[in-house]
Amino acid sequence: MSFLSSYIYYIGAFGLIIIGLLVILLKRNLIKVIIGINLLDTGVNLFLISTGYLKGGTAPIFSPGYGAVPSAMVDPVPQGLVLTAIVIGASVLALALSLGIKVYDHYGTLDLDKVRGQRW
Amino acid sequence: MIIIATVTVFFMLGAALSVFFFKDLMNAVVASSLVSLTATVLFYLLQAPDVAMAEAAIGVALVTGIFVVAIRRTERYEK
Amino acid sequence: MKELLSLRGLIALFLLVVIGVGIFSAVGKIPFGQPDSEVGSAYLEDGRQETGAANTVTSVVVGYRALDTLGEVAVLFIAATGLSTILATSKKRIDRKLEDASLVLKTGCRVFFPMILLFGAYLFIHGHLTPGGGFQGGAVIGSAFLLTYLGCSGRRVSRTASRSLESLSGFGFVFLGLIGLMVGESYFLSNFLPKGELYSLLSAGIFPLIYILIGLKVGAEFAGVIDSMIEESR
Repeated sequence: MSFLSSYIYYIGAFGLIIIGLLVILLKRNLIKVIIGINLLDTGVNLFLISTGYLKGGTAPIFSPGYGAVPSAMVDPVPQGLVLTAIVIGASVLALALSLGIKVYDHYGTLDLDKVRGQRW
Repeated sequence: MIIIATVTVFFMLGAALSVFFFKDLMNAVVASSLVSLTATVLFYLLQAPDVAMAEAAIGVALVTGIFVVAIRRTERYEK
Repeated sequence: MKELLSLRGLIALFLLVVIGVGIFSAVGKIPFGQPDSEVGSAYLEDGRQETGAANTVTSVVVGYRALDTLGEVAVLFIAATGLSTILATSKKRIDRKLEDASLVLKTGCRVFFPMILLFGAYLFIHGHLTPGGGFQGGAVIGSAFLLTYLGCSGRRVSRTASRSLESLSGFGFVFLGLIGLMVGESYFLSNFLPKGELYSLLSAGIFPLIYILIGLKVGAEFAGVIDSMIEESR
């Protein structure tokens, strides 16, 4: 139980990273590869947030009448980092999907084995 | 708290694994939006409400919508 | 399942094992629940007095690390421009027969659209006091436009309006930074306005202004992305 309580978020984050890599490496459908990139992105974000967690800490937001001390708050720096990373990830994902649409227009398929230069 | 986190993490990993096995891309997209939804719960449990809000708005709504549009434009089934 | 048993699958599994062991042995030793960052605790200790914002994440994103945020906004701009450029070149247009949306969706997109916009505006105006901010508020506004495109398929975002709003707010962000270079403490994006009273709406200097600009920019950008994806790629 103590192992679980200290490592469950790491298990989730590494599991997502590994599953995302599995989908990227093994699937041949282009949209599925992009879904794998999305999973990998979520896993990395979850890992970064869980490194900044303080046991028993509160969110890094002060509010009047609620006595929160700065030493009992979680680290705000990874949160600021991940906040922008999520937005960037979504827009880059949309860019990747538009490239996928162009690939489908040009080759008539999403299968990477049938796209010239993408077979391995 | 730890029980909620454990259940959520295993639900999330199950949804992520099911992306690998679905042949219908629409099902895979819905599974990936479930991953985002459970990640939102985990961000909230990790005391990051700002990040949870961003993930809920972007990962669950916007990314799923963009994927659905792209699938409608191309083809739905993985061969 | 059959992908796993080919030669390619075996190579991929081998690579995965190597990557997994590598990652886990490198960063799995970071103890959970004991952050050891002096930067974070310094921001938490002094952030309220130095910036006047009650939300420390906001003071990190638009205060201490504002230059990074400017770079990220530039990346967003480049991604949105690239997407609309790529999709605008498609000549092939398939005229699909579109089904009408259901009654629930049609009514919902009319009723909820202004409310979602209002919630997004609330999020980025109050970004320095409560959880939320420009990025979340912009994303909520973008999802309002997604709902409109799903339900009321006749309505479109004006391309010139979204483009000019996006450019103007990006320009405003840089302009605020340049004003900070001229007055006050003389560095780029310095907080030159008075800090005001803690926990009140008009506090934290230029943070609400920057977050309003970021919110408008992100919202216009996502609305443009959805418009390009749905209308150009039909």
